[in-house]
Amino acid sequence: MKKLLSFKWLLTLLLVVITGYFYSKDGVITSSVVSTALIFGLPLALAAMVGIMCERTGIVNIGIEGTLLFSAFVGFFTASATDSDFYGVVAAVIAGTASGVLLAFMSISWKMDQIIAGTIINILATGLTSFLYKQGHTAPTTSEIDIPWLSKIPFFGQVLFMHGPIVYIGLVLIFVLYVALFHTSWGLRSRAVGEHPGSADTAGVSVFKLRYLNVSIAGAVGGLAGAYLSLELVGSWDRGFTAGKGFTALALMIFGRWNPMGALAAAMFFGLTQAVTNQLMFSQIVKIPDQFVNMLPYILTIVVLAISAGKVRPPAAEGQQYEKEQA
Amino acid sequence: MAGKKFSRTWLTPVVAVLVAFAIGAILIYIQGADPLKAYQSLFSHAFGSWSGIAKTLGKATPLVLSGLAVTIGLRAGLFNIGVQGQLVMGAFAAAWAGYFIHGLPIYIHLPVALLFGVAFGAGIGLIAGALKAYRGIHEVITTIMLNSIILALVDYLAGHVFQEPGQILARTPHILPSATIPNIFSMPSGFFFAILLAYGVWWVFQRTTSGFRLETVGRNKSAAWYAGISVKRSVLIAMAVGGGIAGLGGGIESLGVIGRFEPTFNTGLGFDGITIALLGRANPLGVIPGAILIGGMRGAAASMQFDAGVAPEIVDLILALVLFCVTAPFLAKWLKSTEVGAKISSGWGN
Repeated sequence: MKKLLSFKWLLTLLLVVITGYFYSKDGVITSSVVSTALIFGLPLALAAMVGIMCERTGIVNIGIEGTLLFSAFVGFFTASATDSDFYGVVAAVIAGTASGVLLAFMSISWKMDQIIAGTIINILATGLTSFLYKQGHTAPTTSEIDIPWLSKIPFFGQVLFMHGPIVYIGLVLIFVLYVALFHTSWGLRSRAVGEHPGSADTAGVSVFKLRYLNVSIAGAVGGLAGAYLSLELVGSWDRGFTAGKGFTALALMIFGRWNPMGALAAAMFFGLTQAVTNQLMFSQIVKIPDQFVNMLPYILTIVVLAISAGKVRPPAAEGQQYEKEQA
Repeated sequence: MAGKKFSRTWLTPVVAVLVAFAIGAILIYIQGADPLKAYQSLFSHAFGSWSGIAKTLGKATPLVLSGLAVTIGLRAGLFNIGVQGQLVMGAFAAAWAGYFIHGLPIYIHLPVALLFGVAFGAGIGLIAGALKAYRGIHEVITTIMLNSIILALVDYLAGHVFQEPGQILARTPHILPSATIPNIFSMPSGFFFAILLAYGVWWVFQRTTSGFRLETVGRNKSAAWYAGISVKRSVLIAMAVGGGIAGLGGGIESLGVIGRFEPTFNTGLGFDGITIALLGRANPLGVIPGAILIGGMRGAAASMQFDAGVAPEIVDLILALVLFCVTAPFLAKWLKSTEVGAKISSGWGN
């Protein structure tokens, strides 16, 4: 543990030094690359939060991809129909919550295999959205909000305080989730349910209710991530445009040890690799075929898992059905 | 007695399909089209003529094999979502061998080209199997990631390295006649081969110790370990054999239907395999009716759009609903039949 801690700080220090070096060379490009890293990393981080919230209470959620695709769809077409980005985001969050409730229903009430339940969400989302999809629609996207004073700070201003609204909401949400998970009674109860539901039940915690609640809230977070994709990052919706982000998020969750801060750091690292690759391609320093650039996040996901597997321990009751003992 | 058992087993899948079609009809009606006309068009084009049946069986061939690949995984306690990637890799490798290798007679060239498909599909399956066996990484994530990696890889290979000369599209040159799968009485002969293979897999699980070993690992890992069965070895075998069968499906598609490799074809075959395997209740013979049904729908979807003005994506939606209805326990409870629920390894650590 101590060894890993020092490794973590060493890596952080190294990143700071490298960023500082490039910033002294070319401040404009460096700020924009790091800012882009946040923009690319945020949906992955939010999607990883969905996984963390579910798995900490013992429900495996591999339906995140479907939640993202479906909520991004609902958000985009609501925004298009109402001509309002705000209603779009709200609709996406509602759609995400609905997918969370469906997962909860299948895996908690119906006691289905959770991997199959998640797969059903993915396939249903794909089928429903590709059937209902109509080409040629446009929707208003969220606009950038520069935070007064703070956005004037060199480097940090552009990196942290010149973004669309969902970036701010998302970042605050991740910090709130971290605090809630480790410093509130809700968090303690949730983790207890994920580790040993029998004991939690004996102590008076309703396992079913808490699992339902957390999986549904997680769905809402997934809806926000979906809204971010279609209404803030891309500005449109296309069949399968989530491109496996929901699965990458699961890998980041594992790499971040089911801890919101760990997953956030992992997501930012992913965002950074993509931002740096884009910059290298854009300035024509390296020429790699597009296909290999597209492969990068998937290969990284497998590598990340291969490194972290065996060294991390998932919540103990994950994926198992809980049967209340009859007295 | 046997009749009762049969109906208890197969009532749920049949009713699931009917319920999915009913919900699909409501959605078609809401969209302002005539569901009866749409379904009539769908079924008459899929099963109403000899040429329609030939097309249906051609479409069903890779689906039987991808359904088998998923089934083998499910039997061994693995959820192989990577059938798509394994199939595409096999399709590319077989097409490459089909046009690149010259001067062989058909009875050597065709099997060699198909073996290329099998080997490459098995190789991709083995990557996921090895990551599971030696690093404990859940196969659902690795296979999904491999699907995307392979999609990009074959797009590059067919679009740059092995592209047909003078072609803008990403596609390989046409395969040679000596690697083309011939038709039997204008029916795709690959289909009959797929059926034989399904019987073979069924026989292995029903009658051999290797099949029994895989099944024991799938049912209870610790019990299998205690009985001296190597869990790692079983995982590797199940993923390699499943990948090989999926690769064969891709190879037959390239050599018997398309005649070359083109990345835009073969999409979705692997995911239909999941629906087919669960519809067939993880029984190797059970994949055949599901594959024929879905193959027919896929083959006739475009004609249905022409006749009834319904988007062909309705097929995707109906199949998603089939999957939902067949795995959700409410139907089984209502019909008092046995549940489909497959046991696969949940959680990331094991």
